[in-house]
Parts: sequence; structure tokens; C-alpha cells
Amino acid sequence: MDFAAIFTNALTEIVSPITASYALAALGLAVHFGYAGLLNFGQAGFMAVGAYGFSISTLTFGAPLPVALLVALVASVLFALILGIPTLRLRADYLAIVTIAAAEIVRYIVTTNSLTNVTGSANGLATFERGFYALSPFPPGDYPVGPLNFNDRSLWVTLVAWGIVLLCAAIVWALMRSPWGRVLKGIREDENAVLSLGKNVFVYKMEALVIGGLFGSLAGILFTLPTGAVQPANYGSELTFFLWTALLLGGMATVFGSVLGAMIFWVVLSLTQGILLGLIEAGYITFLSSAQAGQLRYILVGVALMLLMIFRPQGILGNKKELAFS
Amino acid sequence: MFRQANAAVIRWVGVVGLIALFAGLALASAVPALAMPSASASAAGQLQAPLQKQELTIRGTLRDGSVPIEGVRITASSTTGFSAEATTDKDGRWVIVVPAKGTYEVLLDVATLPADKPLSEGEANPRIVEFGTSSNMGVIFKVGENAAAATRSFGSILAERTVAGLSFGLLLALTAVGLSLVFGTTGLTNFAHGEMVTFGAVSTFALSAWGFPLWAALVVAVLLGGALGWLQDWGLWKPLRRRGSALVPMMIVSIGLALAMRYIILFFFGGTTEQLPSAQSPILVVLGVSISRNTLVSLVVSLVVIIAVALLLLKTRFGKATRAVADNPALAAASGIDVDRVIRMVWVVGSMLAALGGILWAYYRPGVAFNMGQQILLMIFAGVTLGGLGTVFGALIGSVLVGLMVEISTIWLEADLKYVGALAVMILVLLFKPQGLLGRRERVG
Repeated sequence: MDFAAIFTNALTEIVSPITASYALAALGLAVHFGYAGLLNFGQAGFMAVGAYGFSISTLTFGAPLPVALLVALVASVLFALILGIPTLRLRADYLAIVTIAAAEIVRYIVTTNSLTNVTGSANGLATFERGFYALSPFPPGDYPVGPLNFNDRSLWVTLVAWGIVLLCAAIVWALMRSPWGRVLKGIREDENAVLSLGKNVFVYKMEALVIGGLFGSLAGILFTLPTGAVQPANYGSELTFFLWTALLLGGMATVFGSVLGAMIFWVVLSLTQGILLGLIEAGYITFLSSAQAGQLRYILVGVALMLLMIFRPQGILGNKKELAFS
Repeated sequence: MFRQANAAVIRWVGVVGLIALFAGLALASAVPALAMPSASASAAGQLQAPLQKQELTIRGTLRDGSVPIEGVRITASSTTGFSAEATTDKDGRWVIVVPAKGTYEVLLDVATLPADKPLSEGEANPRIVEFGTSSNMGVIFKVGENAAAATRSFGSILAERTVAGLSFGLLLALTAVGLSLVFGTTGLTNFAHGEMVTFGAVSTFALSAWGFPLWAALVVAVLLGGALGWLQDWGLWKPLRRRGSALVPMMIVSIGLALAMRYIILFFFGGTTEQLPSAQSPILVVLGVSISRNTLVSLVVSLVVIIAVALLLLKTRFGKATRAVADNPALAAASGIDVDRVIRMVWVVGSMLAALGGILWAYYRPGVAFNMGQQILLMIFAGVTLGGLGTVFGALIGSVLVGLMVEISTIWLEADLKYVGALAVMILVLLFKPQGLLGRRERVG
């Protein structure tokens, strides 16, 4: 078994832009759930809105990069408003059902054959990323960093992705120290108490939903940039649940918990895949096919999510005293 | 305290193991049967598996109306000398994997068609297929008299969709009863309910592949579903209730359980779609409405079972106790009702109904697949929310309405959008009448 390759692969996962997009989307969930107590099970929908808003405005309307980005962000704000107005006044589990349903509606709409010329239906869209790579300051070539190999494209997208993650993490950190953040945490702990202080709880919740949704939609764009392709099948409810696993792993009411959680999520997936496949190739494991090895990892994700929630709901970085559960 | 926690851990590890064992026992026998489908079926299966690299394929389904035609040879060839052929499987599907994008000539071998089902008039054969951006090219050959369908009147289409919608709605109602009862008695929104639906269908398939006659497979699968429900409550939910877990963490635990169960089923069952015995059924004409026999049987079965459940809830002591617990657990306990026993029974009955619903869903879709429960879960939620969370009769009415809505909307909407309408209506209902049709206001929040 080639341990060097397995560990290099795991290391690549830590810095990959996909991990960054998971971290960013999970950070959005941290704003929703960790700080505001909103059960958003539709983060995949926000990601799809961002990715499709960006790619459709680039491909169908020929918009330049900043305009496409703006369209994606505005679309996700609208999506948050549509979701929030009917449900933010209701109990938490209604929001959960409505958000998961809305995310599925988005997925059905971008998959349907009746809109193929806009959304590309099940095959999705491609080649909308040129504007982004045209901004790259790196001349074509290979850029090895330690054991990791980048080319000009992957180095550029990796740096931008993690730059955005750091920026957003700083924004969340600052917001949660501000009076606004304290009110938000107050709503999470006791909505009625905050209401009786004369705060408009609905508006605060809506602002939190919009901010987390913006992070989700940015993450959706980052998710598509490495391959330059968007496919609707990637935005199912499972994506949302993986993001929740990453969030709860790191700690839901922490700024860097989502980053740490996303890194651990991908490293563990990569390591188990590498080791299992290595064992199968070397003939130590004969009862698994390589497809089954891949599925085994996701069984572990589900079990990990249950165990985390039961035995360490505050996650790795979290403080047990600051828990969002009522 | 420590001992208690320790016991919980042991119990807990036990349940995960037991669930895995359960799925394993039921399915291990089916693996040999799964391992040797025909060549064309395995090609189709590979394409349905998730996270698969994209292959370039030319594919299609050969049907006369809704009756698939098996054993027809179709050849694809290109000017570069590539040539491959496929034979339609029992569902009429055929897939040809091609090495590169380009232009291909697709020829249907008319000699292999059944004598009574010739190629429709005006159908080009061979057909020229040119790949664009898509990696799957569909080719449909019209066979027999299926072109006649377009000329039917709106009334007959509406009647047909209504009957299909009733059938779908009633099977949704069956599965919704469990979800709604569990919510009513414990407050848990159970995201793992969809996997209980899948479990019913998959174990029926496994048992019949093992050699059980269909009726026995159905009965045993429903009983197994009940056993799995019992096991879940014993090993997971009851200990969590004892710990005083709040509702939101329990909901997230149910998501973890759903993921784990879904991938356990995928692990043993694989990513293919399989058919239950007698999935192909003749079309009957009842009162001028044509309906497939399976849809009719499904409709009758679910109606009978639902009436039985309603009588159980209204007339028996257990039903009365269940309704008392759903109304106010503390008061029910104070009046001498064993709340934990009632909840255990609710889990068992609800899971049995989910398993039965899963079997009917497998006939309705048609096909057994590892993610079939995930597909129906949101429809169940829509039905339950529409009727009012926590009210059983609301769930029944809501589910039937959702079923009708889904099927009737296909008259105007593309079939791949048929679930969107129901989900959108659910969101609208929450906007204007959040307690649902039969719910009470104080439950809302």
C-alpha cells in the first residue's frame, strides 16, 4: 500500500477549493443554526441558487464576472426572503421542512427537461468559468508547494477560495461580537425574552437567514469553479446533511468550527477511501468491492452524525455552556 | 450516572450493529441473485449508481403504450468502424456505451420485433444520432399503436389521473400515519421514515429473490419492518427520551440514522433498480377508466388498511391511549397509561405501515431502489403538513390531496416537475394556514 500517496491525497483535500466551499457553506449554517437557532436544511438549495445564478447569467446573458456574481448573490437574497417570510414566525421544525422542500424544488426546476436550453437539465452547464481564470495573476505552469502540486489554475482558485473563507469568517467573528450578534444569540436562547425587550425578532432572524444564505451561494459558486461545471445531482439533500455533519463536527456556534469540520470531513473521507482501496488492492479485504468501500464511508458519516449529536453536540471547538438547543 | 451513560452507549452501539445485521441478514441471500443480471441490465445499473464517471451512451426504451418489449436487437455503428449492439431488457430498456462523441447510426432489427408489434408508420430506421453537449442520447422508436393515446378526451385523461392520484395518495397516507403518530406522541420529526419505506420494498425483493412466494415475502417484509421499528425505539429513541434530549438534536440524530440506513441499503442492494415479482400488470378498464391492475390492487389494499387503522384508533383501548398520549403525555401518564408502551406500539405499527407503503410504492414507481424512500419522504412531509402536523386524520386527508395534486398536475406539467407543485402548495399552506387543514393553532409555535 502506498502510504505516501494516501497521505498526499489527504493533504490535498485539506486545502482543496471544494473543502473551502464546504467550510463556507457550513459557516453559513453556523450563522443560521449556531447563532440564530434557525434549522436550515436547505443549504444545498442556496448553493444551487448561487451556482446556477452565476453560470446562467454568464452563459445565457453573457454577463461579465462581477455582474454574474451580483446576480447570484441577489438571487440567494430573494430565495432567503421567499423562504423566511412564511416560516420564520413558526416553530423550528416547520422551517426545517420548508427549507428542505424549497431546496428540492430548486433541484427539480434545474433538472427538468422543459428548461434544457437554459439550465442544461440533468447534464448541467459548463465553461462559464473563463472570466474567473482570466483574472489569474499566475502565468501558466506548475507550482509545487511542498508535496502538493498546483498548476496556475488550481493555485488561483485555491487561493481565492480560502481568501473568501477567511474574509467571511472574519465578518462572522466581528458580527457576533457586535450588539447585533448578541441580540441574535439572545433570540436563540429565548425568543420571548428578546421580544419583550422590544427587539423585532423577525427582522433579526431574516437578516441571519440572508447572511448565511449569501455564504451558501458564494460557496455554491466556489464549488463549481475547479471543474467549471455545475450538475443538478450534486445539490440534493445529502449535500446539506454532509454540511451539517461538518458543522456539528467542528462546533456549531464557533467561527472556525465549520472550517475545521469541513477539513476533517474531507480528510477522513479521503483517508478511509485510500486505505480501504489499498487493502482491497493488496488482497487483505476480499469481501468488499471498491464501490462498496466508497459506500461504507458514507455509512460512517451517518453514524458519526448520530454519535456526535448524542455524545458531543457542541463539537470539537464548541463550549457546552453555549448550546443552541431548546 | 456513569453506569447509566455506559449502558446507553452499549445499547446504542448495539442498535447500529443490529440494524446493520438486520439489513445484512435480509439481503445477504439476495446478493447472488443481484450479481448476475443480463449484460444490458448491468450496464443500465452502472449508470444509475451515484458518483459514477460519465459514460457516453445511446439509450432508449421500447414500449407499446406502457407494455415494454423485450429481446429486440438494436445496433449502433459509426463511420470510424465502431459497432456495438444491445438487446432490450424486460423493461424494454436498452443502452449502448460508445467510446467517443460523434455521429452514430442506430438501427433497430425489425426481424426481432414481435409480429403483432411492427414499427409505427413513418418511423425512421436507421436513425442518425449526433452527440452535442449531452453525454446521453435518447432514441425512441415508436412501436405498435401507442400513437393513439394523444387523441383521448380531456375527461378520460382526468379520470385516469384521478384514479392514479388516489392510489398514490392512499399509499402516501399509509406511510404518513407512522410519521404523524410518532410526531404526535413524541414530537420527533423523523427524517429516517423514508428509509423505513425503502426497507419494506428492499426486504420484499430480497425475500422473493430468496425463494419466498410473493404473498409470504409481503407478510414477512411488513413484519420485519415492524421489528425494525421496535428495535429503533428500543435501542435509540427510548434511551434518548430518557436522557431528556431536546427535539432538534433528536431530529438531527434521525438525519444521521437516515444517511446510515440509506447507505447500508446501498451497500447490500447496490445502485440498480430492480423489479418486484409481477411488476408488469395488464391494463384493466373499470367503469370506462383504464387502470393497471397493480394500481387498482394498491388502491384497494391501502384503503382497507387505512380503514382498519382508523377503526383501531377510534374504537380500541390502544387507540384511545394513543390519542391521549398524543394530546398530552404527562396527563396520560397521570391517568395510568403506560406512555412508553404506547410509544413503542406506535413505532411498531407506524413502521409496519411504512414498510407496506414502501412495497406499494415499489409497484407504483415502478421499481425498488436504495433511494426510493428519500424520494417519497418529502411528499409524506407535504401530506402531513397539509393536513396538520401530529393529527392522524389530517395526515390521511393531506396525503390523498398531495397524491391527487401530483398526478393531476402531470396533465399540464412535465412529468419531471410533478413533485414541485405539491411542495409549493405545502409552502403556501404554511404561509396562510400554518396549522394545516385539521391542526390546532397552539401546536404551531
